[in-house]
Amino acid sequence: MELSQQDAPLYDALKKHIKNRIVRFDVPGHKGGRGNKELRDFLGEQCMKIDVNSMKPLDNLCHPVSVIKDAQQLAADAMGADHAFFMVNGNTSAVQTMIFTACKSGDKIIMPRNVHRSAINALVVCGAIPVYVNPGTNKQLGIALGMSANDVEKAIERNPDAKAVLVNNPTYYGICSDLRKIVEIAHEHGMLVLVDEAHGTHFYFGENLPVSAMAAGADMAALSVHKTGGSLTQSAILLCKNTVSAGYVHQIINLTQTTSSSYLLMVSLDLARRNLYLNGKEMFAKTQAYCEYAREEINKIGGYYAYSSELVNGDDFYAFDTTKLSIYTRATGLAGVEVYDILRDDYDIQVEFGDIGNILAIVSAGDRELEVERFISALYEIKRHYSKDPAGMFDHEYIDPTVVLAPQQAFYSEKISIPIEQSSGKICGEFVMCYPPGIPILAPGERITSEILSYISYCKEKGCSMTGTEDMNLEYINVVV
Amino acid sequence: MELWFSEKHTDNVELKIKVKQQLYSKKSYYQQIDILDTYEFGRILVLDGYIMLTEKDEYVYHEMVTHVPMAVNPDVKNVLVIGAGDGGTLRELCRYDTIEHIDMVEIDELVVEVCKRYLPQTACCFNDERLDLHIGDGLKYVRYKENEYDLIIVDSTDPFGPGEGLFTKEFYGRCFTALTDKGILINQHESTYYDSYVDMVQRTHKRISANFPVSMVYQTHIPTYPSGQWLFGFASKNLHPVYDIQEDRWNALGLKTKYYNTELHKGCFALPNDVKEVLENT
Repeated sequence: MELSQQDAPLYDALKKHIKNRIVRFDVPGHKGGRGNKELRDFLGEQCMKIDVNSMKPLDNLCHPVSVIKDAQQLAADAMGADHAFFMVNGNTSAVQTMIFTACKSGDKIIMPRNVHRSAINALVVCGAIPVYVNPGTNKQLGIALGMSANDVEKAIERNPDAKAVLVNNPTYYGICSDLRKIVEIAHEHGMLVLVDEAHGTHFYFGENLPVSAMAAGADMAALSVHKTGGSLTQSAILLCKNTVSAGYVHQIINLTQTTSSSYLLMVSLDLARRNLYLNGKEMFAKTQAYCEYAREEINKIGGYYAYSSELVNGDDFYAFDTTKLSIYTRATGLAGVEVYDILRDDYDIQVEFGDIGNILAIVSAGDRELEVERFISALYEIKRHYSKDPAGMFDHEYIDPTVVLAPQQAFYSEKISIPIEQSSGKICGEFVMCYPPGIPILAPGERITSEILSYISYCKEKGCSMTGTEDMNLEYINVVV
Repeated sequence: MELWFSEKHTDNVELKIKVKQQLYSKKSYYQQIDILDTYEFGRILVLDGYIMLTEKDEYVYHEMVTHVPMAVNPDVKNVLVIGAGDGGTLRELCRYDTIEHIDMVEIDELVVEVCKRYLPQTACCFNDERLDLHIGDGLKYVRYKENEYDLIIVDSTDPFGPGEGLFTKEFYGRCFTALTDKGILINQHESTYYDSYVDMVQRTHKRISANFPVSMVYQTHIPTYPSGQWLFGFASKNLHPVYDIQEDRWNALGLKTKYYNTELHKGCFALPNDVKEVLENT
């Protein structure tokens, strides 16, 4: 039977499976919730009943031949890809699969330095060598932007042996690079284009949004569908064009993927795809309208700057994703992370992240006007109660790193732990980052500088959650001997 | 045939009222609106399944949110009412000739229309020339107001649904800014009798107290509200609800009331120990 986007094959198969009342002599041991009543009461019976293991009528993610295969194909069709893979270990696994597909040990990959930790982690595992392109920076906001196509071209010309270009598009803040141009240049030089599109699922379904990776001609894209697409946390989709071998990608996925993939996650992807296809235009138009309204109101308050397309410069800020509500807070005298903490602690409002100069609120069609109004008024109140002179605040997020060793080499080198304040000039042996957003301040193999150390100490003082180091308190740091 | 309306007060308690006739039922953009005619309570307004008012006991609520602040500051000239689409609070305010202007902000236009049609007992003063009726979000309305109102009355639904934004710290903070030096904020403060409401009462009291130097709670009796025991908040920048009452001036106005009097006013701020304990633990 020919399937259409109105169908949800995995969802239908699960409904049928429950109706059949199959006697469960397989895993999971909770047997539809009867074996763990407290959990069943907490999560709901339906949820426990569809938490099942792979079986013939429900297909198998490790080797999909029926309903999962169909669901994946519908996702691929809906997003203009040749193949789609449901990922159950987050977008992290999708990003890593892209890198493992393109690069073997010692191969070069061109990427911006402000990537998510998952990309550099992949380099630690597979031994590929990063060629970093410094992202553009906006001096006023102090944040990293996208990559300039010219800078990518220069990196490609200097490294004609590189296998791929990884683009982070959009960034967490909603900033896009000139993806079409980057694809054109990379393909001219025989390199693959891999797009970490974690925050861009909606590009495939909404209108008046930046170009999606597949539409721009990229070879692979990793979509964290749970972020803006409405699936469950930890689910993602990897999209591929026929320029890469789907069979090989599948083998790569199976190197690390669980053999007990969650049907809750997979069915959430199937239903998210159908919902996005059928209702996406309306949903993202509503999201954009909320964000436009919020930006207008927040910019009236003064001190905050909710930025948007006015910053587009045709280069490293090529386009802006208007569904992102990114707000620059530094002019109120408050670090983004301080506003982030006050919003949650005093106003019961949780935003996505706060860094040194910004906060990011994720807005979606699931929000209501009253929540948008609360958010705006809370920002007004925070300014009234807490704003101070911004003098002396750190004014930039991004520090160009000096890479001394490849990430894998550094990570597996002999290391010693020393007090962090004595580490200036040493080569870092581990990651240091604020989470969220999870973009490394230091990655394995990079030179530690006094500027970086003062930035880290400022982040700690402002209450950022520092992660990545072996020492959970970040008083000590591992450096390469 | 017998037709009964029931409202869930807790998971294990219901209030049932025998219905003569359902007069109106429609879902607006914000909520389900129903008007029922009942044997015991006359006409009642129900929003999302919860009784907002009945003709029989609405006077208690409306007199208590209006006359308490008016007796403390009879010089109130400019008033902001948030919610109150049934018009009952407006009716009581309009009895004061000294009030010069009333802004009323109701989010749901349909509530006003329906009340005008079915509840003339409360919706009787929408034509008063001192009134400016604004349809919109109350939280948004107060956002840019400064030093403008002598009295703000928050006559809202419960803290879930469309009224949610009116129980927040950011809202009370904006009210503080919108009020004059002698300004008073009155708000609907739920009840502590059933455990499921206690948390919200505490959070609300904490949020108001974080913004206002004077933040007190008073009690009244509304038979059709869960437990019958109901609380209101009185917050101000410096006026004390009991020490600063202008009893003689208020009584000289000669307003005839069904529930409120100045003796009751002084007494209603004396709270039972269980309520005090809840508030002290916020």
